Amino acid sequence: MNEVVSPAALKPADYATDQEVRWCPGCGDYAILKAVKSVLADIGAKRENTVFVSGIGCSSRFPYYIDTYGFHTIHGRAPAFATGMLLANPDLDVWIVTGDGDGLSIGGNHLLHILRRNVNCQILLFNNETYGLTKGQYSPTSRLATRSPSSPGGSVDSPLDPAGFALGCGARFVARGVDTQVKQLIEILKAAYHHPGAAFVEIFQNCIVFNEDVFDDFVARDAVAEHQIQLENGEPLVFGEDGSKGIGFDPEALDLVTVDDPANALTHRTDNRNLAAALARMALPDFPMATGILYDNPGPIFDTGSGVKTSDERSLKDVMRAGFTWSVD
Amino acid sequence: MNTLIRDNTRAARKAVETVVVRLAGDSGDGIQVIGGQLGLASALSENDLETFPDFPAEVRAPVGTTYGVSAYQIHFGGRRIKTIGDEADMLVALNPAALKTNLETLKRGGIVLVDAGTFAQRNIERAGYTTSPLDDGTLDDYQVMAPDISKLTQESVADLSLGKKDSLRCKNFWALGFVYWMFGRDRAPTKQWLEQKFAAKPDIAKANIAALDGGHTYGEAVEASGETAFSVQKLEMAPGLYRSVSGSEALAWGLAAAAELSGRDLVFASYPITPASPILHTLARLKDIGVKTFQAEDEIAAICAAIGVAYAGGLGVTSSSGPGIALKLEAMGLAVAAELPLVIVNTQRAGPSTGMPTKTEQSDLNQALFGRHGESPIPVLAAHSPSDCFETAIEAARIALTHMTPVMLLSDGFIANASGPWALPDLDAIPRIETKHHTEPEGFHPYLRDPETLARAWAVPGTPGCEHRIGGIEKDFASGHISYDPENHQKMTDVRAEKVERVARLIPPLEPDQGEASGDFAIVGWGSTYGPISRAVTNIRAKGHKVSHIHLRHLKPFAPNQAELLAGYRNILVAEMNAGQLVRLLRAEGCTNAEGLNKVTGRPFKVSEVEDAILARLETGHE
Repeated sequence: MNEVVSPAALKPADYATDQEVRWCPGCGDYAILKAVKSVLADIGAKRENTVFVSGIGCSSRFPYYIDTYGFHTIHGRAPAFATGMLLANPDLDVWIVTGDGDGLSIGGNHLLHILRRNVNCQILLFNNETYGLTKGQYSPTSRLATRSPSSPGGSVDSPLDPAGFALGCGARFVARGVDTQVKQLIEILKAAYHHPGAAFVEIFQNCIVFNEDVFDDFVARDAVAEHQIQLENGEPLVFGEDGSKGIGFDPEALDLVTVDDPANALTHRTDNRNLAAALARMALPDFPMATGILYDNPGPIFDTGSGVKTSDERSLKDVMRAGFTWSVD
Repeated sequence: MNTLIRDNTRAARKAVETVVVRLAGDSGDGIQVIGGQLGLASALSENDLETFPDFPAEVRAPVGTTYGVSAYQIHFGGRRIKTIGDEADMLVALNPAALKTNLETLKRGGIVLVDAGTFAQRNIERAGYTTSPLDDGTLDDYQVMAPDISKLTQESVADLSLGKKDSLRCKNFWALGFVYWMFGRDRAPTKQWLEQKFAAKPDIAKANIAALDGGHTYGEAVEASGETAFSVQKLEMAPGLYRSVSGSEALAWGLAAAAELSGRDLVFASYPITPASPILHTLARLKDIGVKTFQAEDEIAAICAAIGVAYAGGLGVTSSSGPGIALKLEAMGLAVAAELPLVIVNTQRAGPSTGMPTKTEQSDLNQALFGRHGESPIPVLAAHSPSDCFETAIEAARIALTHMTPVMLLSDGFIANASGPWALPDLDAIPRIETKHHTEPEGFHPYLRDPETLARAWAVPGTPGCEHRIGGIEKDFASGHISYDPENHQKMTDVRAEKVERVARLIPPLEPDQGEASGDFAIVGWGSTYGPISRAVTNIRAKGHKVSHIHLRHLKPFAPNQAELLAGYRNILVAEMNAGQLVRLLRAEGCTNAEGLNKVTGRPFKVSEVEDAILARLETGHE
């Protein structure tokens, strides 16, 4: 049963549906669901004005578990459905939930275009580097030589970096979160919500069945300090135990470099696209993995129209009567 | 005095009921422009008419080549005109390539007007002739008129300070002036049109007018004999305000009208494809009256966006041609499962694959009816003429919105591009499309159904208390939640099928378009074969044969009395521009005496082809 609730009074639990959650016990999706519900409550999201749209895959079950409007569509196409909804009603708050297969393989084209158009919505891409729902085949983000049912000898295609892809598409908001780093994830999702235009958030999500601990080299408790850099706008790019290392700039290579003296570290600026692209490219083992908000620099938003006619000067009747007409009496 | 002379010559004119003129020239010769003008001038001369542009597939072919020829056929006269004419009474060929590629359309003994000035050896060879067709007997069977139109045009505009190139560009209007003389058309509306069109370039307007007059004067002076001057009979048209409309325009305006009638925003999501794009172009110009168009990144995104529009409460429409429709089929399955209103327009072309994009065909009927995965019936309608596209578009939207279902609207490359006079409908007299959003939270779930239509409740985002989740996964009949229950899947499959069948309750009884409601012989068609079948049946009935014409607009579901009506004929011939898609369906539905008349050449049926097929069967005492 649905009931009308005043948004001011909403708590995370008010966004829960009566549907039994059907992800595997221990799946990273649970933590993300919890974070999203918490964000919705914090921002006072109106349930009736909010739509969660998804494609196909484990992540795409998400809408069934949020008590707003929701549309579980077809594989890879959620961005196109979302664009249509906003064309019909630009006042909706639309969240797209996708995965590395849904968003970057079958739906890569649509993700590209919703980002370059800068349609006003939030896009959450759960990256677990595997096809979970179809039982563990390698995905476009799987590392080279990944063994899976469809790549028993190891995968031979180079992986794609979602954040780099998004920046390449012209995204104006690009962030990376981690399922287990809830506090950071909540801050990222709030910033994504407040960003006007398309906000792209890649979330490293642990698939405990097919790809367990695949991100452990930078998300495990003992790896975070040395192998992850958590970005803060306006703060120096430092990491390591006690902030002992930093990310500096090598003018000859025109690229980032790790520096031993934090005093030589660059300052993170979320409005700098070149810096965002360089941070997105950083990969283990030479660099720490950058998480947090890489880029947040609003630009012109896709015009979905006001939903009303723009002038009273013409009607359809006038249109049909324009040009050459003749009367028969 | 002028009037006296004209009256004298008119007296010598040969009376004709209808005329087919085919204009052809190089892409750069302005053939389409003068074709349009001849159409308007004919409408203003109280003729009915139908026109068809036949332009090359190439964007800009080299000058003088056969594949760069652009043509325009127009059929006008003093009776109801239903086709563009089987063959031309007159061919205007402004260069050798135009003659080469169009001569086969001219009837034996017909008139051919060529620009002798373009028949230099180089042009002749480029067109694929070895010797000049003007001298080698090629045109022996025709009445040939071969003035040097290029030179005469330059002379006509000599008083204006135009360069040679600009002068020669007026030769289409010289030819038009000559044609106007031949068929007694008034030049004034064309002059007015030129003055408006070239308001910013008065010299160009003057030059084209001078060329038009030059061609007309040439006709008066040189060809003022009864052989080449005609008086075309007039037809009393029903009173009303008329315009010329193409199928694409009428379809686009029908969609816009449906949006107004239902009080919704039209969002038209499409990806460019021949020959469907003109609908997108027409609607893209209507932003100011509230129409939104979305040129998506691909066909799939286009239909998905349109479904998104429907989910959010708008009138979502997508449009394409066969190969593009194929890409949309998966998403149509979702629209069936989610039970959302959607109009899908297929402007069919010759397939499979790229096929012949500029040529027409009706070969996507099976795709429309059966192309999706799973048990996923949707209503299918077909428009039968350019102006009929307006009404059919409204009906498609009406069915989609009132029954919460995707609807396929079939047009084709012929109807889309053909034009004819259209008595503008009174928009205020069209019944409104009454649909309401569900807003009552009490007892709501998204698969609540209207007991009459079986349409599910349409609660749109923005409605407090009706938040719900839908998708492609099977739903429980009673709660709308995900369900894998076997009995429920049977029930939902049945109810989706029954919902589509109940559309038939809205369909008026099928009646013969011509002829008796039962008898020995009926010819059945759908879509754009209407014109040739209708004319053929009129001709055959005039000879005293009892033949009926039945034309289907509703292909899923059929009109409720269709089986009963067809059962009343001993012989049934089904004419289609495909290999037999409807005829097989009719036979499967119990009409086992149905026989096919099929054509897959990329061209519409000729009246004579249909007529011959019927007569052959009547003569053999077909049973």
